[in-house]
Amino acid sequence: MALLEVKGLKTRFFTEDGVVHAVNGISYELDERESLGIVGESGCGKSVSVLSLMRLIPEPPGKIVGGEVLFEGRDMMKMDADEVRGVRGNKIAMVFQDPMTSLNPVLTVGRQIDEALELHMSMDKRQARRRTIELLEMVGIPEPAQRSSDYPHQFSGGMRQRVMIAMALSCNPRILIADEPTTALDVTIQAQIIDLVKRLRDDIGMTIIWITHDLGIVAGLCERVIVMYAGYIVERAGVKDVYADPRHPYTIGLLGSLPRLDETRKRKLFSMRGLPPDLIDLKPGCPFAPRCDYVVDRCWVETPPLEPVTLDHEIACWVDVRSSQPKLGGNHDD
Amino acid sequence: MTTENGILLRVENLKKYFPITRGVFQKHVGDIKAVDGISFFVQRGETLGLVGESGCGKSTTGRTILQLYRPTDGEVYFEGQDLTKIKGEQLRRMRRQMQMIFQDPYASLNPRMTVGSIIGEPLEVHNIAKGKEKRERVQELLNLVGMNPYFINRYPHEFSGGQRQRIGVARALALNPSFIVCDEPVSSVDVSIQAQIVNLLEDLQAQFGMAYLFIAHDLSMVRHISNRVAVMYLGKIVELTDRDELYSNPLHPYTQALLSAVPIPDPVVEERRKRIILEGDVPSPAHPPEGCNFNTRCPVVMDVCKKEDPEFKEVGAEHWVACHRKS
Repeated sequence: MALLEVKGLKTRFFTEDGVVHAVNGISYELDERESLGIVGESGCGKSVSVLSLMRLIPEPPGKIVGGEVLFEGRDMMKMDADEVRGVRGNKIAMVFQDPMTSLNPVLTVGRQIDEALELHMSMDKRQARRRTIELLEMVGIPEPAQRSSDYPHQFSGGMRQRVMIAMALSCNPRILIADEPTTALDVTIQAQIIDLVKRLRDDIGMTIIWITHDLGIVAGLCERVIVMYAGYIVERAGVKDVYADPRHPYTIGLLGSLPRLDETRKRKLFSMRGLPPDLIDLKPGCPFAPRCDYVVDRCWVETPPLEPVTLDHEIACWVDVRSSQPKLGGNHDD
Repeated sequence: MTTENGILLRVENLKKYFPITRGVFQKHVGDIKAVDGISFFVQRGETLGLVGESGCGKSTTGRTILQLYRPTDGEVYFEGQDLTKIKGEQLRRMRRQMQMIFQDPYASLNPRMTVGSIIGEPLEVHNIAKGKEKRERVQELLNLVGMNPYFINRYPHEFSGGQRQRIGVARALALNPSFIVCDEPVSSVDVSIQAQIVNLLEDLQAQFGMAYLFIAHDLSMVRHISNRVAVMYLGKIVELTDRDELYSNPLHPYTQALLSAVPIPDPVVEERRKRIILEGDVPSPAHPPEGCNFNTRCPVVMDVCKKEDPEFKEVGAEHWVACHRKS
């Protein structure tokens, strides 16, 4: 049985300008010890989808309007606040993008981790501190005993993100959700953090959901990938299938628009025309249709469901890209 | 291969220090050595990529070349004229040929000006066109950057990030410059929009032949767009060479680590790759280490690296590097 099962999750934001259709009925499963990458551009609903399953959507203006999230066989959407708190942090932990705003600036780093241990694991002060130092050592902070009494501003960005990971790991969670944890970091520091997470994955068998816009990180870190667009999952497959045999026009476009470090011949980048849709004014039909090169009449009226094309490879598209030609012949601007 | 004639811009030992002051009397107590003695040239019509991590001085380099910051030391020869020696009207006239595209399309366009007046301002300031003529030129420029000329009376807030960046490009093009500093022009837009802007920059270069100094932290993008690439670390250029040479034969240990740290969107390639993980963080440019700037993180550091600053010199054909291991 899957460790986590998301079924038809829908989240809306009710704003003055209208209803934002942030997540539009997404379903996926996460197995024990799996690392899942959720990729997409800004505003595609990748962060909102995991915040929803953690029940961290501010209400109002947000509201989870439908769906189930089964974790260990129980629906998180039906739990009361206390029960959710027992899962959140304890069993599913999260690391956010910006480590500076997620740490309390007036408490020492050690104190902040101690607190989690005291509250969630009912440790006393001395036990908690001993465990805190162990955790800081595990995430590669030098001189952890001394550093635990430093404040967040005394750490660099990369070190702060390590602290966040230590805090997330403090209650031995079953799932670690990382929401763009390296986006604010430099590439050599990003490599340090990814290296750390890979070690955690391999050594303690951590189950990971990694949210990012960087298709490169996912390629090296995850086993399965979900590609999101306008609040929908448009493609879901094993990592090698997604990169070697993408079937959704959006995934194809996204991969083609990336320059590659190992590209030897200069080629023109594929340039997708237009912009992602406005989630307030989401038209019926496939949300990608206005930018799609393979678009057919049906795409404008019916939203394609996510359906398998091969074993463990699903797409939400009416067209088989292998047997159709791109209508507008590839590169174009606007 | 490189002739003096083909060189548009030559930078010699450029330095830009920002003073650190303390107390009521603003006593000078130290310097942030943002750019600390760099030399390179840009040929006509080429794209030189300048990469490095945040705080390495790459943006300061771009701004100092354009004399938006006056350099602390060194020379900047543009078309043979030392920009550091001229000022006022003379400098203003040189500026027609040098333009800049900024990183943040939300901050670099005045929200109270229409697109027409933003793009047309350089034409007016430099007395090139007015009235109807200016309007026509602006519409022509909008067309060039792939926007509807009908947008001329709209305001920046009506556009998306990618479209605003196009407006920034149109403004930079208005005076037909021969050199444009592109300071992280695509880092604040989404992946699918990045390709639109990069292709536009490439097309415009093919059409008008201007040179770019393309500043970015994304090595994949820099490799894609550049002819040659310079790698900066803590205020210095550590390596400079042809784009393919840099990626196939990186000589500086920092370049090697940086290249290995960039993820490649291909799981098969990623599986085989070896990463060089650098320890620690970049030191503060207010207190750079003694000797080579990179010695605190270098995996192959030697004793001499902690005492002497390595010279930036040509070790192969058009391949410069600053490392004791390579000299």
